[in-house]
Amino acid sequence: MITEIQTYFRELAASGINLTIFYDAFDFDRFVTGFGNTLLLILISAACSIALGAAGAAVLTLGRGPAPAFIRGYVALFRNTPLIVQMYFFYFAVGSIMPVGRNELGLPQPLIGSFSWAIISLSLYAGAFNVETFRAGIGAVHGSYEEAALALGYNRRQAFFSVTVPLALRFSFASLANNLVDLTKATTVAYAVGVAELLYVSNQIWSDSLNTIEMMNVMLVIYLTLTAAVVFIINRVEAAMRLPGFGLGDGQ
Amino acid sequence: MISLKTLAFALGVTFMSTAMGTAASAQSMECGNDTLCRVKAAGVLKIGTKDDYVPWSYRASDGTFKGMEVDIGKKIAEALGVKAEFVKVTSANRFEFLAQGQIDLMIASASDTAERRKIVAFVHPNYYSSGYTVLLPKAVKATEWSQIAGQTICSVQGAWYNKPAQEEFGVKVLAFAGTAETEAAMAQGRCIGLLEDDNMINVRLSSEKWADYQMPLPIQADTPWGMAVRQADQFAPFGYFVAGMITEMHRDGELLEMEKANGIKNSAFLIKMHDALKDHIN
Repeated sequence: MITEIQTYFRELAASGINLTIFYDAFDFDRFVTGFGNTLLLILISAACSIALGAAGAAVLTLGRGPAPAFIRGYVALFRNTPLIVQMYFFYFAVGSIMPVGRNELGLPQPLIGSFSWAIISLSLYAGAFNVETFRAGIGAVHGSYEEAALALGYNRRQAFFSVTVPLALRFSFASLANNLVDLTKATTVAYAVGVAELLYVSNQIWSDSLNTIEMMNVMLVIYLTLTAAVVFIINRVEAAMRLPGFGLGDGQ
Repeated sequence: MISLKTLAFALGVTFMSTAMGTAASAQSMECGNDTLCRVKAAGVLKIGTKDDYVPWSYRASDGTFKGMEVDIGKKIAEALGVKAEFVKVTSANRFEFLAQGQIDLMIASASDTAERRKIVAFVHPNYYSSGYTVLLPKAVKATEWSQIAGQTICSVQGAWYNKPAQEEFGVKVLAFAGTAETEAAMAQGRCIGLLEDDNMINVRLSSEKWADYQMPLPIQADTPWGMAVRQADQFAPFGYFVAGMITEMHRDGELLEMEKANGIKNSAFLIKMHDALKDHIN
């Protein structure tokens, strides 16, 4: 089966469409590695950025004193600077003052590698947008719900977590889908700090085999599929949590 | 009244530039597929070169292109009687730039390989040559490639030797967009050395900054560098012109002079080519 696929794509290459990833074992391996790394980047940084966004929005709503100001500063800083600049800043500037270990040759070796820095950078970047998404969701819940909860004997914190948050979540899905689609596409920026994700490996492959057009098309199809999957998953969650009258709720 | 006057003036300028533009494009249209004719009509030769490859091609502090490949490009443009316009290319995009016509001639330290000949045409004779090896700190006591298998080394994205180094010697390549990033990454210990062509490493080693480094591993895959033109230009006036220029520069020793002028030790390849092509009478 595998040899048949390889033979087919070898013949296809002879006719002008050179997809080395389907017949060259080395290219196939690095492409799969790249795809795996892209998936990991999306999953981990999506989870971290949602957690960061939720925590930030909660602090903005409930917090007092310097904490909300700190969150506002974070949002302003990370939302208003380019992602690639942040990535370079973390990797080359912050990375150079972090503690180093020793490798087996006795040379200094940083403890945090490019993949970790990419996760940190992507999470902080997408997290800043998610703070605003969840804040907007909370703002969309009418004040009367909280007042009703307070009248029933809930304290402010209980009213927030038991009444406002579940309703706010339903208002946040549309905007959250936007942010996560954007994050999916933004993972390509990690190639700048040498993370072997899809763009990085494709770039290597087309430099070696000079099949730029083919690889560009492969990338387009893969990213379309990935973003479609992200939107599909969010729509499923949204449909499962549907509550008439709150949010769009129709899983469009 | 002023606005009317300005308007008339603007119209006049537009008209004149359109007329001039039409004249130039009419001239270049008569050339058809003849790139040499088109370049002469336009008065500009667009040359693709790198901007981070000291001392072959790089940007000087005033922003202009400098280096040995830039000198070669200027010499070719001068012989044609046109202005040389240098366009920055990278290892990953240079062949597309040429194939799509953003540049007419590529002098960008490109090794002449069979894969690449399918996309562009390399002009012969070759003008330079290099293999690949690793720049390592003196602290690393390796003399064979097998001793650094499994180690991470930094390189530039799109370099042809990234694949063979990984496939044949099992090293891990961490690639960045440019040489500055690879140096920074090595300085921070993200890789043990730099995977580069041997000429580049020789130049580095001649400066004080790299006193603690060496290139102890055998040089691999010594491959000639070629200037490239579009495939349609290879056996056409433009390709023949460039080929003649390279031959003459080998023959009269100008390439050796340029190497010296750019602070590079005369390379074995250029000495061999000069000996083969030099005038038999003197």
